[in-house]
Amino acid sequence: MSERRLTMAKAMVEAIAQEMRDDERVFVMGEDVGPYGGIFDSTQGLLDEFGTERIRDTPISETSFIGAGVGAAMSGMRPIVELMFVDFFGVCMDAIYNLSAKNTYFSGGNWSVPMVIMTATGGGYSDAGQHSQCLHATFAHLPGMKVVHPSNAYDAKGMMTTAIRDDNPVFYMFHKGLQGLGWMWNVPGATTNVPKEPYTVPFGEVGVRREGSDLTIVTLGLMVHRSLDAAKKLSEEGIEAEVLDLRTLVPLDREGVLRSVEKTGRLLVVDEDYKSYGVTAEIIATVAEAGTTMHAPPKRVAYPDIPIPFSRPLEQFALPDADDIASAAHNLMKGAPSTVTA
Amino acid sequence: MNLSEDRLKWAYRAMVTARIYEETIAEIYMEGKTPKFDIAAGTIPGEMHLAAGQEPCAVGVCAYLRDSDAVTAPHRPHHVAIAKGVDLRKMTAEIFGKKTGLSHGKGGHMHLFDRDVNFTCSGIVAQGCGPAVGAALSAKMQGRDDIAVSYVGEGAVNQGGFHESVNLAALWDLGVIFVVEDNDWAISVHRKDAAAGPRIADRAAGYGIPGVYIEDNDTVALLKAAEEAVDRARRGDGPTIIQVETYRYMGHFQGDAEGYRPDGEKEALKERDPIPRFKQYLVDEGVLANGDAEKLEAEAQETVDDAIAFARESEFPEPEDALTHVFV
Ligand SMILES: Cc1ncc(C[n+]2csc(CCOP(=O)(O)OP(=O)(O)O)c2C)c(N)n1
Repeated sequence: MSERRLTMAKAMVEAIAQEMRDDERVFVMGEDVGPYGGIFDSTQGLLDEFGTERIRDTPISETSFIGAGVGAAMSGMRPIVELMFVDFFGVCMDAIYNLSAKNTYFSGGNWSVPMVIMTATGGGYSDAGQHSQCLHATFAHLPGMKVVHPSNAYDAKGMMTTAIRDDNPVFYMFHKGLQGLGWMWNVPGATTNVPKEPYTVPFGEVGVRREGSDLTIVTLGLMVHRSLDAAKKLSEEGIEAEVLDLRTLVPLDREGVLRSVEKTGRLLVVDEDYKSYGVTAEIIATVAEAGTTMHAPPKRVAYPDIPIPFSRPLEQFALPDADDIASAAHNLMKGAPSTVTA
Repeated sequence: MNLSEDRLKWAYRAMVTARIYEETIAEIYMEGKTPKFDIAAGTIPGEMHLAAGQEPCAVGVCAYLRDSDAVTAPHRPHHVAIAKGVDLRKMTAEIFGKKTGLSHGKGGHMHLFDRDVNFTCSGIVAQGCGPAVGAALSAKMQGRDDIAVSYVGEGAVNQGGFHESVNLAALWDLGVIFVVEDNDWAISVHRKDAAAGPRIADRAAGYGIPGVYIEDNDTVALLKAAEEAVDRARRGDGPTIIQVETYRYMGHFQGDAEGYRPDGEKEALKERDPIPRFKQYLVDEGVLANGDAEKLEAEAQETVDDAIAFARESEFPEPEDALTHVFV
């Protein structure tokens, strides 16, 4: 088999291009998606092939063009719209939350809303609190919309293809640090072999990134890579962590999580999103409700409940890293309870 | 226009200060980012939107403001902050992420907040408009004649937040001036590909308020128009939209390859540099006599150097400081 390594951005673009060739109804709208090719390279080169009719630069009018995406999806098209940074959801949440996610239900299933909203997430490069958030849970909380978050190029392509072919609205979140951008740090593990031909990655199946018997680390996105770094360190100390990549939050592969935790008896959940009311809580609740026998109370490592600061030492302090994850894993192995903070 | 010679000299010095400031920050921004550009690296990490060329917009309106008047700025705020009198030492320290910064390093360049001169920012396009309406509303309710100025780019006028705010300000006769800094580009998208209708200022008619268009980045023309808009706002007669045809001499952000920009565009705009033109006007009017301009320029340079030195020498905050100031 031929090996071909692609960045996550290139993998996403390839999926979009292949689906656009195949299906006239697919088109792209968003800010700077045309000649610029997407601020985070998510539409590089598409304008050249498909032209301005199908790759549409928009004004800075998210309420309108995301709302237009909903209307187009209900009128025979399959739009992909880009919300440049997830942080900008504030100006268009109605189109996302109250229209795209609810119209299928409100129409009693008579209408579907086949659209993809793709958006960049994540921090770690001093862009401060209006341009660095993850907000996984904000979107996953709402019924009616699928929420997906690839951690590598293989999944990025397959999940984009699945998203475009899905008859439901799919919120496709990609982390800036995984895109393979030429102008910021990158996580090498995110650039992977990607088959040329179209393929899908099904939603609702965790990816087991590392097998282990001592504890289960459940995570997603950038933190998959940080957790793998931590697992490597732990392994040198004789602790074998299993690392699960959730990949999709809606649908959520609860069975996949339970299978692993039943095997290891220990759970650590890692998320770059805010700690409270989030993914970490949902995973721990899932395990608690299942009554799985545990060797120790579960733990979580997540972003503290603070807006994201600009200054480097402040931001780096708040961001979970491999050391934070490893040290939480150590405490978990010792069975030490977590300190409860306000 | 009813401005003292001192105020005109102030305007010239503020414009020069802003220009030197942006050019200096552009240089410092690249420290630690070569040979390979990494937005997260260097003395100043993160995004950096500079406003060289847009100085007229800043001084043209701020010339008439007091400390108690509110200004809300967008993601490209330095020139406006300088004209509003934001403490340049603290502002620079903030941009460097230092403890001595306006917000102790929590906000950075897109989130500058200075209570002393009533200056705030938002990095979300057009989201300074609502707070400006609120500041003007408070002044009215409290019987003050303070006003509010909301700066936005021409890209921001296609955002609901702009329209809703203009409407509300017009409906309630609030003292708000919406300054549209029209530098043609919203990142890579040209005004013509984003805004319907001939002119943004014409939209004012739809709200029954004055709309003014200032051609060619003309400081003097803006000073004249702003005087009227400020008077109207202070009298309680309501808002004004001022669209200023202005020039962006740098990328959208530093590191922008600007492949979307036609060849020669920037060079042609630099030929129309508003600073020497304003200087010439002041000389012709007898405001600047022998050696005055040089003195003001030297003062500007000194102010910038002093602020940069202060920022460089300042300490970073303690990592744990990240947890403070979430609530009062
Ligand atoms: C609601 C929202 N959408 C998109 C962005 C991303 N963005 C930041 S600046 C910018 C362009 C702004 O153009 P303009 O208003 O003309 O101001 P300029 O950059 O020219 O000063 C965009 C699209 C944002 N910050 N907020």
